[in-house]
Amino acid sequence: MSTLRISGLQKAFDGHPVLHGIDLAVRSGSLVALLGPSGSGKTTLLRVLCGFERADAGTVEIDGRRVAGDGLHLPTERRHIGYVPQEGALFPHLSVAENIVFGLPRAQRRAHHRVAELLELVGLPESYATRAPQQLSGGQQQRVALARALAPSPGLVMLDEPFSSLDAALRVETREAVARALAAAGATAVLVTHDQAEALSLGHEVAVLWRGRLLQSAPPQTLYRRPATRELAAFIGEAVLLPGTVENGRAHCVLGALPIQQGLNPADGAVDVMLRPEQIDVLPETAQRDGALDAIVREITFQGQDAALTLQLIDASATVRARVPGYRTPRTGERVRLAVGGEVSVYPR
Amino acid sequence: MDAPAALSPPTRRRTPRALFAAAALGPLLVLLPLALTFWRALSFGLADAAELIFRPLVGELLVNTLSITVSATLACAVLGTAVAWLVERTDVPGRRAWALLAAAPLAMPAFVTSYAWVSLSLDLQDFLGAFIVITTAYFPLVYLPVAAALRGLDPALEESARALGCNRWAVFLRVVLPQLRPALLGSMLLVALGVLSEFGAFTLLRFRTFTTEIYAEYRTSFDGGGASLLACVLILLCLVCLVLEFRVRGRARYERVDRGTRRASVRHALGRWRWPVAAGFVALNVATLGVPLAMIGYWLTQPGAAAITPADVSPELLVSTTFASLRLGLTAAFFTTLLALPLAYLLARYPSRAATFLERTTFIAQGVPSLVIALAIVSLAVRALEPLYQGTTLLITAYAILFLPLALVSVRAALMQAQQRLEETARALGLGWFATLRRVVLPLAGPGLGAAASMVFISVVTELNATLLLSPIGTHTLATQVWTDTATLAFAAAAPYAALLTALSLAASGLLFAFAGRSALAGHAPAGTPPDAN
Repeated sequence: MSTLRISGLQKAFDGHPVLHGIDLAVRSGSLVALLGPSGSGKTTLLRVLCGFERADAGTVEIDGRRVAGDGLHLPTERRHIGYVPQEGALFPHLSVAENIVFGLPRAQRRAHHRVAELLELVGLPESYATRAPQQLSGGQQQRVALARALAPSPGLVMLDEPFSSLDAALRVETREAVARALAAAGATAVLVTHDQAEALSLGHEVAVLWRGRLLQSAPPQTLYRRPATRELAAFIGEAVLLPGTVENGRAHCVLGALPIQQGLNPADGAVDVMLRPEQIDVLPETAQRDGALDAIVREITFQGQDAALTLQLIDASATVRARVPGYRTPRTGERVRLAVGGEVSVYPR
Repeated sequence: MDAPAALSPPTRRRTPRALFAAAALGPLLVLLPLALTFWRALSFGLADAAELIFRPLVGELLVNTLSITVSATLACAVLGTAVAWLVERTDVPGRRAWALLAAAPLAMPAFVTSYAWVSLSLDLQDFLGAFIVITTAYFPLVYLPVAAALRGLDPALEESARALGCNRWAVFLRVVLPQLRPALLGSMLLVALGVLSEFGAFTLLRFRTFTTEIYAEYRTSFDGGGASLLACVLILLCLVCLVLEFRVRGRARYERVDRGTRRASVRHALGRWRWPVAAGFVALNVATLGVPLAMIGYWLTQPGAAAITPADVSPELLVSTTFASLRLGLTAAFFTTLLALPLAYLLARYPSRAATFLERTTFIAQGVPSLVIALAIVSLAVRALEPLYQGTTLLITAYAILFLPLALVSVRAALMQAQQRLEETARALGLGWFATLRRVVLPLAGPGLGAAASMVFISVVTELNATLLLSPIGTHTLATQVWTDTATLAFAAAAPYAALLTALSLAASGLLFAFAGRSALAGHAPAGTPPDAN
């Protein structure tokens, strides 16, 4: 287990800044998901941490030992990190076992040191040791790549979009296997991804990169409920943004006077109110509930387990989005009543 | 778990008989001279044959041939790999120019290079001269495929190795080199085949090998069987290389596990080695291109009397040889491409065991020295086809046999480009097969066909053996003229022919480049790129 501390990290390519002063600390044994849209600089950040790219300014420390900064650039091979590239990048001329022991000293390579143990750790049968990488599926290759990275027992493991090339069903399965293996190995991990669901479900902490800046770093629940900006709110899941005001600690908007997330403590004044579509309960027209509002269903996007609805409020001209379980999908044009559950976020205007 | 992605083969359909017959024509032509050579050799009594083979001369030839083949092949491997790595993976100044120049020696026939070195100093005859000439002439055969393999290497492999604790040197030895192995071994065997078949350079350098001796034997006894016996020994050496090459090529397929997008590889900073390495490139290019071009230039300005053997150039002969070279080159380019078309189409559209067999048969031509093929054709003509002997038809046939593999690689790649579903779409839109061919297949495959024809043209213009043996009486080409004048040490007389020949070859290479860009350059390695065994 290692700690990772990044401060003031900057990087530019051909004069175009890609990273503007990144500060981030990763606790020992935790898994940080680096989330960002494409072009946000997340892969560049990972490559700087690995030592494939040289930082222009700022420092990187692993376990308190400086590996980059102030003219120092420790080559990758001396940083003792595990690296799992996109699509695994297994050495095609070596068997699975030879791939796994690649980073070990010669004597241990000969002895196929811990191959069975590592295969089990990543959830593959021991018989796979003699196979060629080409005989494995994408998800299996990815698991072997993780076993290979874990073999020299690194304190810190970097994963670069390891699941992006897998199809949906396989992705979930491989993701879980990787999370289990990382937890069992007790390694600190940095996972780069552009997939919100992956970041929220895997990361103990999610750090969001936006145009080369670190917008927010927080546990998944906090990030989802209290995103730092409007843009972030819309990036991480779907957001309902409504104009409103803050008065006496409550947010007033077309959906009524709503409670605000604890810890936000905004000043009174004009704000944008943010809540998640699933916070809006869609009730039958006949339902009786305090503060419920009448609305008409305008559009439905049916997605199987649930459905996204566009609803027009009858007493106000606003439309809002909501989610209902698939089996309760109403018809277009149907009248319903809406009630809001949970707390909302606000952004001063 | 998902299954590893597999390419679905084109649907099997019945091969049209006429197509198969047309496709088989090329391979049959290739087999004919081979069969004849063996048959001629067999006509010897066993005792006679043993007496002819087990004599000190053959031993000396064997030592000479093998020593130059092994040493030049190793030198080409080291030089070619080093140049490829430096050009592709480091920040050596001027690497774009070096990349282009490193391929240029392919356009310069080895006997022209020999002419240059021999006319520089007669001391460069024998092994040393042969080693220099052959290495500088053949290293691009290693450079091109290895550079292509380096470009195709996923940088994530090297990065993973770095993260696993390997330094640069260990990364090269444990990750890069094993990935290059198929390209490297395959190209080394091609170099070996080339050296075994080389004739012009060795004659001019007075270095005796099997090829020079076969030619000498042919000159003294004309249609005697002695040449055939020696040829059989040479063919055996070549077939060993060819079989090994096939095996390497077959295994090479697994190296491609690429999917998705890639970054460009990180270039290594050479630091204080940048300028010394650049100086090395300058020295290399002085040897490969500088000396030959400078010597040709020098002799062009000298009066005929300045050479060891004084002789002057006749302008009429210069014009007639140029036209002869052009005429033969263009005719052979046309017919060879035409001959390759049905076989390539068969391979692209109706893959089957029989089709693969025909393809492999064709590639045997790569392994048989052109001298042997030319000899067999002479012998055939004298016996059975008297009216054709010393006619242009036989010469063009010999060229077609020799360069069919070269054309086949490109033509097939071109037809692969015109995918079957495009053809099917055209048929669905109501076009007949001929209209489909004219409006869809040929436009798409056009550049590839052009590339094939250019390659054959270059090879024919710079070809020496078959031309020497089979040219109609009174027909002289640029190549034969360079050879004749250099052999008699009339260096000044040879210069204009060498200059024109080099210019023609370079121009055609430029045309080839225009047809298919950088990828064609890899295919230009005569028989160079493995026609991937799919």
